Amino acid sequence: MSAVAPLEVRGLTKHFARVHAVDDVSFELRPGTVTALVGESGSGKSTVARLLARLHEPTGGAVLFEGDDVARVRRRRAVLRYRSQVQLIFQDPFDSLNPVKTVRHHVARPLRIHKMVPASQVEERVHELLRSVGLVPPHEIAAKYPHELSGGQRQRVALARVLAVEPKVILADEPTSMLDVSIRIGILNLMTRLKEEHGIAFLFVTHDLASARYVADDLLVMYAGQIVERGPIEEVLASPLHPYTRLLLAAVPDPAKRLHADRIQERKGVAGAAVDPPEGCRFVSRCPLAVEICSQVTPQLVEARPRQSARCHVTAPAALIERTP
Amino acid sequence: MTAVLEAPVDDTTRAPALLEVRGLTVEYGRARAVDGIDLDIREGEILGLAGESGCGKTTVANALMQILRPPGRIAGGSIAFRGEDLVGKSDEELRQFRWRNVSMVFQSAMNALNPVMRVGDQFVDAMRAHERIERRRALVQAEELLELVGIDRDRVRAYPHQLSGGMRQRVIIAIALALNPELIILDEPTTALDVVVQREIMQQVEALKRDFGFAVLFITHDVSLLLEFADRIAIMYAGEVVESAPAPNLVAGSQHPYTQGLLQSFPPLTGPLERLTGIPGSPPDLRNPPSGCRFHPRCPHCTRDNAALHLRQTTESPVLREIAPGHSVACHLVEEATR
Repeated sequence: MSAVAPLEVRGLTKHFARVHAVDDVSFELRPGTVTALVGESGSGKSTVARLLARLHEPTGGAVLFEGDDVARVRRRRAVLRYRSQVQLIFQDPFDSLNPVKTVRHHVARPLRIHKMVPASQVEERVHELLRSVGLVPPHEIAAKYPHELSGGQRQRVALARVLAVEPKVILADEPTSMLDVSIRIGILNLMTRLKEEHGIAFLFVTHDLASARYVADDLLVMYAGQIVERGPIEEVLASPLHPYTRLLLAAVPDPAKRLHADRIQERKGVAGAAVDPPEGCRFVSRCPLAVEICSQVTPQLVEARPRQSARCHVTAPAALIERTP
Repeated sequence: MTAVLEAPVDDTTRAPALLEVRGLTVEYGRARAVDGIDLDIREGEILGLAGESGCGKTTVANALMQILRPPGRIAGGSIAFRGEDLVGKSDEELRQFRWRNVSMVFQSAMNALNPVMRVGDQFVDAMRAHERIERRRALVQAEELLELVGIDRDRVRAYPHQLSGGMRQRVIIAIALALNPELIILDEPTTALDVVVQREIMQQVEALKRDFGFAVLFITHDVSLLLEFADRIAIMYAGEVVESAPAPNLVAGSQHPYTQGLLQSFPPLTGPLERLTGIPGSPPDLRNPPSGCRFHPRCPHCTRDNAALHLRQTTESPVLREIAPGHSVACHLVEEATR
């Protein structure tokens, strides 16, 4: 696996007026890997994807694409290149497909705009792309309109369209949450195949930890605009450090919990975005482990185990760093 | 073809049936969205109804409430609530029945709140549509109901936009409880919410159910959620019930290949990760359903290896049969194996 990160995020911050939607978020997307970004609604995970897609201007921090700061890129050609190399797919592909245009139109358009192939080869390339996302027979699918397709097929069209420009990075914002469970796996398998065959770096934004585990290599857990835990997904799920990661894991439906022994206690406090957050940990009002320092000092991301970091005074104390020379 | 459910014999829950559905058939023009299904909902139980989009589960709920939108219509069967058939009742009788006896929380119900009305007034509206009650008393009740679902009393004065999605969903559930119904239909009540909020709401529904003793018809595509929270589960495919069983039975051993496929579509959170396949293909077009077993084009066990079985699978509609107490399956393969 190549070491060069096509996309690196450093201290990314986005404030909407008083709402700290994204605060000091850093990570990198590596080629041929899927990085899952999980968190509840309002945690800022979709905003991160939108910032990377340049749908929002960041308030602070930098997004580096192959080493260049994306925010500084102003030349039209460079912007166009970034937009083609970093692609976004949405939760509901129906919203992003034009109802009066055929599948062929949708997949051929990026080929033409970005001049990916000579005009004479567009049709052939459309079929090839449709086949690569499992839409067969391609000539039949190409002639269909969005309403003639199932949800899973529409998401596949969205992927084919994105692949048309041969991107290095795909930002997938809850691509499976609108789909039936039996269809979901197909899309997840497709993502796995695309990362392996095309070396694409995926950011997979989801609230479903089980799907994340199925496709992802790395996990980022967001809470109230901050990354509260990060690391290799197997390690994080097997032994989560942050109390919020533990809460998320405990909330996943599980038939083994039928005995009602392992029930989550009704919590106090509210979730969601941080409005004018005071100093201290943002999870403190819901945290079962909170101690005095938690409401006074904002915890930093600390690498408490090899490659696994958390933002927690109790389970990943900063003292750990000071002790090691 | 109408599936015949043999008299349910269940050792665990012997409560009388609150709602008895027999041979319910709903048509949208030429499409038969629900094809002769039988369901029993007993007092105080949570019955889960699961299946993929388009399997007819929401149509069942709408038919029970008799709020089908034209061209949808009940083409056959009966819906008996405490022994009284609801099919063919007048609009006024139905209006009284709804909310007082059965209330419903719709899909993405959190968007059903009126954005320009305070939360409390929406309670008042619902209550006053069904009983004579002073506004002030209704508001006090609204405050109590909000508290029951874990929302601060003061929020009775809030507008919907001031509440989070999870809170709006709780408000809707509280309004559904306002007239103390005997049955609550929850149609995908937590699909738009994240897992933590989903779990809180499910635990709350469970606790309220224990306190108030209402029954719940819980409709979802998420079988894993039902396995944890439902007492019994009915699985629908292409307008028919293909398997119904007490939830623990389904955890231990689902019999229908479709149920098995659904359960195997959930990647595990712990233990070894295997490559999953989901269920190949997609649900059929109900205007022109497949012959024989409707699941046969997607069924991994429908092969030409066994010619006699293959013929039955492709030409003969399987009948829902009880294979264990309270556990019924409509599958030729299971029938052959248990013969």
